[in-house]
Amino acid sequence: MDHLVEINDVHFARGNTPIYEGVSLVVPRGKVTAIMGPSGCGKTTLLRLIGGQLKPQSGTVKFAGTNIPDLGRSDLYEARKRMSMLFQSGALFSDMTVFDNVAFPIREHTNLPPNIIATIVKMKLEAVGLRGAGRLFPAQLSGGMARRAALARSIALDPELIMYDEPFAGQDPISMGMLVKLIRELNHTLGLTSIVVSHDIHEVMSIADHVIILANKQVVGQGSPAELEAHGNALVQQFLHGDADGPVPFHYAAQPYHEDLLGGKNA
Amino acid sequence: MEARKIEFLVGVFVTAAIAAIVFLAMQVANNTDATRGETYTLYAKFDNIGGLKVRSPVKVGGVVVGRVSRITLDREYFEPLVEMRISVDFKGFPDTSSASILTSGLLGEQYIGLEPGFIDEDVFTLEHGDYIYNTNSAIVLENLIGQFLFSQGGD
Amino acid sequence: MIQFFQSIGRNTLDTVRGIGAASIMLAQALIGKPQPVKMFSLLMRQLYVVGVQSMLIILISGLFIGMVLGLQGYTILVDFGAEQALGPMVALSLLRELGPVVTALLFAGRAGSALTAEIGLMRATEQLSSLEMMAVDPLRRVVAPRFWAGFISMPLLAFMFSAVGIYGGYFVGVQWLGVDDGAFWSVMQSSVDWQHDVMNGFIKSVVFAVVVTWIALYKGYTAMPTSPGISAATTQTVVYSSLAVLGLDFVLTALMFG
Repeated sequence: MDHLVEINDVHFARGNTPIYEGVSLVVPRGKVTAIMGPSGCGKTTLLRLIGGQLKPQSGTVKFAGTNIPDLGRSDLYEARKRMSMLFQSGALFSDMTVFDNVAFPIREHTNLPPNIIATIVKMKLEAVGLRGAGRLFPAQLSGGMARRAALARSIALDPELIMYDEPFAGQDPISMGMLVKLIRELNHTLGLTSIVVSHDIHEVMSIADHVIILANKQVVGQGSPAELEAHGNALVQQFLHGDADGPVPFHYAAQPYHEDLLGGKNA
Repeated sequence: MEARKIEFLVGVFVTAAIAAIVFLAMQVANNTDATRGETYTLYAKFDNIGGLKVRSPVKVGGVVVGRVSRITLDREYFEPLVEMRISVDFKGFPDTSSASILTSGLLGEQYIGLEPGFIDEDVFTLEHGDYIYNTNSAIVLENLIGQFLFSQGGD
Repeated sequence: MIQFFQSIGRNTLDTVRGIGAASIMLAQALIGKPQPVKMFSLLMRQLYVVGVQSMLIILISGLFIGMVLGLQGYTILVDFGAEQALGPMVALSLLRELGPVVTALLFAGRAGSALTAEIGLMRATEQLSSLEMMAVDPLRRVVAPRFWAGFISMPLLAFMFSAVGIYGGYFVGVQWLGVDDGAFWSVMQSSVDWQHDVMNGFIKSVVFAVVVTWIALYKGYTAMPTSPGISAATTQTVVYSSLAVLGLDFVLTALMFG
């Protein structure tokens, strides 16, 4: 199978805290790949490594065959034109209207005349169902609308890869449903490759072709949703079923309960 | 519309700044400084320069023609040596001219008053680097009072 | 004891590292092939935010400081019968010191803190990251126009401050306290030199403009992307720029007029 992103034996530490110790994974081209894992396991960090905003201490991060950490500034910027990222907060520019936000990357990277830009922007906004909201400012949008507007902006230049950072976090069921539909449709109609970082298992399992589960600084499970359901790893099973206790303990590491209570010391 | 309003206000801002600069140039500062353009240098030795400073004006009949550029002490006779830069617009003072250190008003700043001398066939003009030999030193108030008291006592 | 030296060492290293990082940031923002067309509209917008919006506070402060100088100067000078020296006193103190310094302090409080908060907030809401991911350099796009706007605005504001202040001094001294109109202007004119006084003040305000804008941008750019982080960065901008302005003012004054 053709892989758009290949990550091989990546070690990454933030300060003295190791985040990854030997992570290897692949993102197949043209599919929706989900990256899941407990909070704080560095899912977002993975997206930043692919985008070249962070550099691993060792290992390779290959995007379409080129190793991202090796690229110089201008080559990296060229590579970034072929990918895009939907941030958790949407990251719309608060001093521009929705229309200008979507038009921003087009104006920045092309020399198209204004009427053609307007046409492209309207098409992108139509795709996310916000063609009527072009004149609004980001502050006037609801959370779900802001995320859809940001999605329109991230597909403005027709990237090959789109990375969604927690697209469902804090969304009501309706906008969640809209986003699920959008991610799948965009992937199929535009022939994109998508990476979705999330821990909404239900939504993710419904749209993902390939699922990667990160935990304990490593990849613990990788495969199609069906393969993972049958996965032998206890951690994978705990995560998929949302059990309260298991390999990831309910209790934060502490001294024995009765000693703590009887010891009389403050925590 | 928005962009036009911003451009308009920035225009107002820059215009106000230019107006301020013009005001400072025309009304506040003396832009017609005699030492601005090309200058030539004259020297003068005094017994006492009083409160004369570098950048003090050199005036002829009240008109500023130059400025003091350096004050040093002559090594040979330990006399103060004053270097002046005079605008080339005011060239050709006769070498019979005299320089005095004067005070503008009772408490004002001190300046060099240049008094052009008589012109004759055998009188040369002062050129770059020449010395003015005919000088009057600064009047020191304490000496003046002392002299006055002395002359009073002598009567 | 060891800890004491260790903390000195650490602070020194941190300071040097900070200055280095700030220099790299500025260099990356400003060096590179210019894009005049895009830059122009961005610069316009920032000139509006940084310059136009600071104008009112500068004009009003300048007027009041000039009026105070007129009043104080008069009461001191009149004892020596030297009230005609009011003009040069007001003009020189404004042009050499108060114009550049007070403008820089007000600018740090008004525009500098706003720049820090704005950029810090852009970092916190991932707008800077998102620019990077759109292959747009936030240093060139966000930092550079703001730097140039500060660099251009502050000297202009300082000129306005001095001009308005001199008018304030004139208003109090001549219109109110009865110093002779002609003497006020003519004595001022004879003792204020364009090169020595006005231009040196201008050089000061250019230096302050670089320092204040630079500190504000760096503090915003490196602010922790949280509410306490941004508020701390904003405070630091005002404190550090004020200290830097006052310290540099002494050095510059010593070099220029010493």
